Amino acid sequence: MDFDLTDDQRLLKDSVDRLIADRYSFDQRKKYMAEKDGWSRDNWAQFAELGLLGVSFDEAYGGFGGGPVESMLVAEAFGRGLVLEPFFATVVLGGGLIKRAGTDAQKMAMLSEIAAGTRLVAFAHVERASRYNLADVQVTATKSGDGWVLNGEKSVVMHGDCADTILVTARTAGSRRDRNGIGLFVVDAKAEGLTRKGYPTQDGLRAAEISFANVRAADVLGDPAGALPIVERVIDEAIAVLCSEAVGLMHEMHVTTVDYMKQRKQFGRAISEFQVLQHRSVDMFVALEQARSINMFGTVMAGDDDAKSRSRAVSATKVQIGKSGKLIGEEAVQLHGGIAMTMEYKVGHYFKRMTMIEALYGSTADHLAKVADSGSLFA
Amino acid sequence: MDLNFTAEELAFRDEMRKFFRTEIPESIRTKVLEGQHLTKDEIILQQRILNKHGLAVPGWPVEWGGKDWTPVQRYFYADEIQLAGVPGGLAFNTSMVGPVIAQFGSEAQKKKFLPATANLDIWWCQGFSEPGAGSDLAGLRTKAELIDGQWVINGQKTWTTLGQHADWIFVLCRTDPNVKKQEGISYILCDMKTPGITVRPIQTIDGGHEVNEVFFDDVKVPAENIVGEVNKGWDYAKFLLGNERTGIAQVGASKARLKRIRELAAIEPMGEARVLDNPKFREKLSMVEIELKALEMTQLRIIADEKGKAKGRPNPASSILKMKGSEIQQWITDLTMDVAGPYIMPFAMSDEGSGRNEVGYGPEFAAAAAPAYFNKRKVSIYGGSNEIQRNIIAKAILGF
Ligand SMILES: Cc1cc2nc3c(=O)[nH]c(=O)nc-3n(C[C@H](O)[C@H](O)[C@H](O)COP(=O)(O)OP(=O)(O)OC[C@H]3O[C@@H](n4cnc5c(N)ncnc54)[C@H](O)[C@@H]3O)c2cc1C
Ligand SMILES: Cc1cc2nc3c(=O)[nH]c(=O)nc-3n(C[C@H](O)[C@H](O)[C@H](O)COP(=O)(O)OP(=O)(O)OC[C@H]3O[C@@H](n4cnc5c(N)ncnc54)[C@H](O)[C@@H]3O)c2cc1C
Repeated sequence: MDFDLTDDQRLLKDSVDRLIADRYSFDQRKKYMAEKDGWSRDNWAQFAELGLLGVSFDEAYGGFGGGPVESMLVAEAFGRGLVLEPFFATVVLGGGLIKRAGTDAQKMAMLSEIAAGTRLVAFAHVERASRYNLADVQVTATKSGDGWVLNGEKSVVMHGDCADTILVTARTAGSRRDRNGIGLFVVDAKAEGLTRKGYPTQDGLRAAEISFANVRAADVLGDPAGALPIVERVIDEAIAVLCSEAVGLMHEMHVTTVDYMKQRKQFGRAISEFQVLQHRSVDMFVALEQARSINMFGTVMAGDDDAKSRSRAVSATKVQIGKSGKLIGEEAVQLHGGIAMTMEYKVGHYFKRMTMIEALYGSTADHLAKVADSGSLFA
Repeated sequence: MDLNFTAEELAFRDEMRKFFRTEIPESIRTKVLEGQHLTKDEIILQQRILNKHGLAVPGWPVEWGGKDWTPVQRYFYADEIQLAGVPGGLAFNTSMVGPVIAQFGSEAQKKKFLPATANLDIWWCQGFSEPGAGSDLAGLRTKAELIDGQWVINGQKTWTTLGQHADWIFVLCRTDPNVKKQEGISYILCDMKTPGITVRPIQTIDGGHEVNEVFFDDVKVPAENIVGEVNKGWDYAKFLLGNERTGIAQVGASKARLKRIRELAAIEPMGEARVLDNPKFREKLSMVEIELKALEMTQLRIIADEKGKAKGRPNPASSILKMKGSEIQQWITDLTMDVAGPYIMPFAMSDEGSGRNEVGYGPEFAAAAAPAYFNKRKVSIYGGSNEIQRNIIAKAILGF
């Protein structure tokens, strides 16, 4: 057992940390947000150059050849910087699905372009009534000639507005919540019959509502009736990455709060001298360290082949992250006072991203129910 | 980052597991796992077995019976001993006075006390707290004066755990009232049979007799019973309290308790079903498990951080272990009460304290549920209260 990084991992961490330090001050971030896509194409090219867009792909597909730990390092740094670019949608979700479900040829075609920064991908799976149930799919895919035609609507597709390629879960057989009968289709964002409406999300990122009216899929990934287990696996892996991002957010909120407390004077002294505030910031620290600790467990377990123990561990991680994140986010705002209520100050933005992460892929309550239904966490 | 242990580390774990589960009587281990009190004889018996096999005081210097273990080995020792329900060495002996004597005592003191302390031939108690000196321990007033070559002690200690069983007490005394309060304290060893010592029981809210008041009335102690230098006692006490803090995390013991609670909840009827079938109960149980999993990882991170570093100053992050570890122990007693339901109510006392089902109503385990819940409030108070731990983190880590 050791928590040390390998030399390659340390180099990766140094380079992504430097990237964030150089390119992601709070003021720089505001400029990126004002760009046409709501993020920076220039940053994206830089990410590609550093190998971050292929961090978890095999070298054969232009990737960095990293595993869960590498993804953790990148995501944590991105969390600290509150990165806007579609890394999660394109690399983690899109890349993850193609990596797990694609054929060699599909991987060669798509992963190498993702890694090179020339293809943006989004994953469309949420529907109006599905909430967090990945099996609840009403968008249909019907066979037509040697291809598939999609109909229906998907919601809150992260970075669906800018994606070149949309991966879509659609029902090819069975009824609404059947685990069987779900396929994973590759759709060109410019395909006829596809309309999308992009909008900003609370955390300053972007999403889209996408509707499909007789849209011809460009391709299908894996078994057109049996995609769900792979989707679930990739979502488990994606949750672990989100949790790592959240650790970065929590770290930054905590550090910012402690620094602010030392500077802010009221009643003739720094507010950091008030014990009640000291203790509350210690509780934030303990929550942060608990989150960091379980995230290491979740990161490693996300790579487990056994679906049950993998999911249980990832859900447990999401619960602790959600619990710690809520405490740290709310307290970071509270201990700052009025300043944290403003768009001009950074802490509120971290709080907002943290809040969105809590709601992504299942709330704390949902994941707690999952853990509770799957037996003890201890072998 | 690799969360797997090496084959040698796992072999060590298995060796410990086998030893604790085969060599220590099951009757003792079951009592511990059920949250019941042990008798004095049981505590002595198991410590002597451990000591016979060289496993009572692994944290001590090797020449006095300690082990030159890696941090991971120390972790597995603690985890396995707790998982097996073995009480382990009496903390006052093995993690408090023993290491202090080994580190700061004279050769004569080491020879006289260390082997007997390891074997629990001497039962020690801790004479630190006073009615006026709790968290602010350095404010203690029990005084020792050197008169005709003897220390004469006058004053009162309180909260003295298991003082009723003790042969010796290590006492912090005021030896210079005219300097900064931390600089006038000495660490003195005192035989409990010395004339002038009176022990009075204090009953705790669970009904048990676990703590005492100890009065010193012109108690005469040989001059050589002082540890280290006069007026340096505060340094030795701080050294000791660092050891105490990490011992309070009890991750292994909490794992064992949660396992037992799961078993009990799967048996205990609730309508047509079992307590474990209730999703609200399961979620509460899972939440505690998740926090414990995180704490286990935190503990491993702190251990990994020790690797290759000299033993010594406690990592201030170990305050997290104390705070979270104590909270988790308290939540666990709350869960046990959930399993017991209305059967937490019958109260019975015996010589061994409360917690035995003397009344005979309801399931056997239920009798200890409420007393354990009441009793475990102590873990966030002693060993440096959780507020004091927050002060430590605020100062040492956050730089306030
Ligand atoms: C949305 C909004 C609307 C407002 N509207 C108005 C308005 O219309 N008119 C107006 O005049 N003002 C208004 N205010 C200002 C408001 O009254 C202040 O924000 C408030 O008094 C706190 O001051 P502060 O923000 O400077 O925080 P600070 O005083 O700097 O406090 C920072 C943190 O330190 C804590 N703290 C401060 N002193 C102590 C202490 N002695 N002991 C323990 N903790 C302490 C605080 O509780 C807080 O958590 C508004 C604020 C907000 C956010
Ligand atoms: C069951 C039990 C067994 C014990 N066994 C022993 C033993 O064997 N030997 C021994 O010497 N002692 C023993 N103790 C004593 C224990 O160490 C003290 O109870 C502890 O140090 C707290 O002191 P106190 O009880 O006087 O509380 P106080 O110090 O009076 O504290 C009261 C409250 O104020 C808080 N507080 C105090 N100071 C601060 C501060 N600076 N900042 C913020 N909050 C503060 C505390 O956290 C607590 O919540 C035992 C205690 C218990 C309950």
